[in-house]
Amino acid sequence: MSVFEVFISAIFVNNIVLAQNLGNCPYLGCSKEKGVALGMGTSVIFVTVMATLCTWLVQKYILVPTQLEYLQTLVFILIIASLVQFVEMFLKKAIPPLYASLGIFLPLITTNCCVLGVTLLVQREQYDLFSALLYAFATGAGFLLALLLMAGVRERLETCRVPKAMAGTPIALIMAGIMSLSFMAFKGMV
Amino acid sequence: MVVSSILTLTGLGFAAAAMLSVASRVFAVYEDPRVEKVTGTLPGANCGGCGYAGCEGYANAVVNDPSIPPNLCVVGGAKTASAIGTLTGKLTTEMEPLCAYRRCDKNAGQVAQRFDYKGIPSCAAAAALHHGSDQCGFSCLGFGDCVKECLTEGLRIENYIVVVNEQMCVGCGKCVKVCPRDVLQLIPKRARVAITCSTKDKLKAVMDVCKVGCIHCGKCVKTCPAKAITMDNDRIQIDQKACLEYGGACGQACAAACPRDILRLRPGALPCPTEEEQKKAG
Repeated sequence: MSVFEVFISAIFVNNIVLAQNLGNCPYLGCSKEKGVALGMGTSVIFVTVMATLCTWLVQKYILVPTQLEYLQTLVFILIIASLVQFVEMFLKKAIPPLYASLGIFLPLITTNCCVLGVTLLVQREQYDLFSALLYAFATGAGFLLALLLMAGVRERLETCRVPKAMAGTPIALIMAGIMSLSFMAFKGMV
Repeated sequence: MVVSSILTLTGLGFAAAAMLSVASRVFAVYEDPRVEKVTGTLPGANCGGCGYAGCEGYANAVVNDPSIPPNLCVVGGAKTASAIGTLTGKLTTEMEPLCAYRRCDKNAGQVAQRFDYKGIPSCAAAAALHHGSDQCGFSCLGFGDCVKECLTEGLRIENYIVVVNEQMCVGCGKCVKVCPRDVLQLIPKRARVAITCSTKDKLKAVMDVCKVGCIHCGKCVKTCPAKAITMDNDRIQIDQKACLEYGGACGQACAAACPRDILRLRPGALPCPTEEEQKKAG
């Protein structure tokens, strides 16, 4: 697949949230304001790329030679969790302003299934390192796009007269469903 | 098979643990332990009444910057101020307890409607459409944008106008910032007189729309012996600090002089001194 196709596929056609239904918790939890959505989205892009790099190397040089591919999920969770902790410490020391803006999102990402999902999908598709990183970045960008769209919709919803029983999470879930449906129109493009 | 998988996972776990423990030493950031203690004493409401982004922001600033006073927290009041003073070794001066005050009485003034507003139920939206539906361009619109901001139950809407519950109000000023018409104002809780109109219009323009609007006659400005009342930016303003320092000896002359009942006495107002007391005071 060409670079362009990977991008279109990961952002629109196989959007991680809207088409594959991964990472729904931060999708609903962090989409109340555009600023928060942007922070969470960029954090996810960053962590996804880092995690894909680490897990790809571990898979190739530890798990495959020792024939332990069936431990993939467990090992990847372990790696992602410790990686996020490490990044948090590093940022706190080295780049305090970035830590101040991303800091609160990093612990949330530790258990984000969107990150784990990308690392596992990369292995299933048998990507080489370069296209794996590219795919991880594009998927993160797709997540950011979904989050921003949702935040825009929910900011508008704040000023609408929503029936009391539907206000808050119920209407957000309905919006998520409709948005997912509209993204289904991209199917078959790539 | 089992042994090798257990060994691999344990090994990876140990490697990760070792890396993290080394990292925690290498990347350790020294944090003043007092910051955490100060954060603990603060109410944790993150209202921004002190002028910093949340309680942690103020705690950081008050510990690290010697020029910042320990009494900026309006919600915690005197108790918190003295606790922070002891923690940071700063001199604590008492903070004046504040509360919000509504500078409008459109119901008493019988302010009429110019049109029937049926849009988004928020003051900000209503104010943006032809300066609101009220005849007066400075009235309280009563959609309660301020009520949504309130941390306590200090505000409520009654008869299309906001009502302040001064017992509950902590004086953080969130409502003052959110009001699109600048109707609410922070005043000291023990203030003796407050102004109940914020109009910038003059004479006839006010007389036509409201029975209790300020016509800017300036009688109060001339009457005040403490020179605490001024015409500032086309609005009557009371310098509450000067007013409170002068005390009640004037018998709230400004309120008595006002022909439009805009300067209103508050519960803290002292009774007018009798002639004997005036003689005593000289």
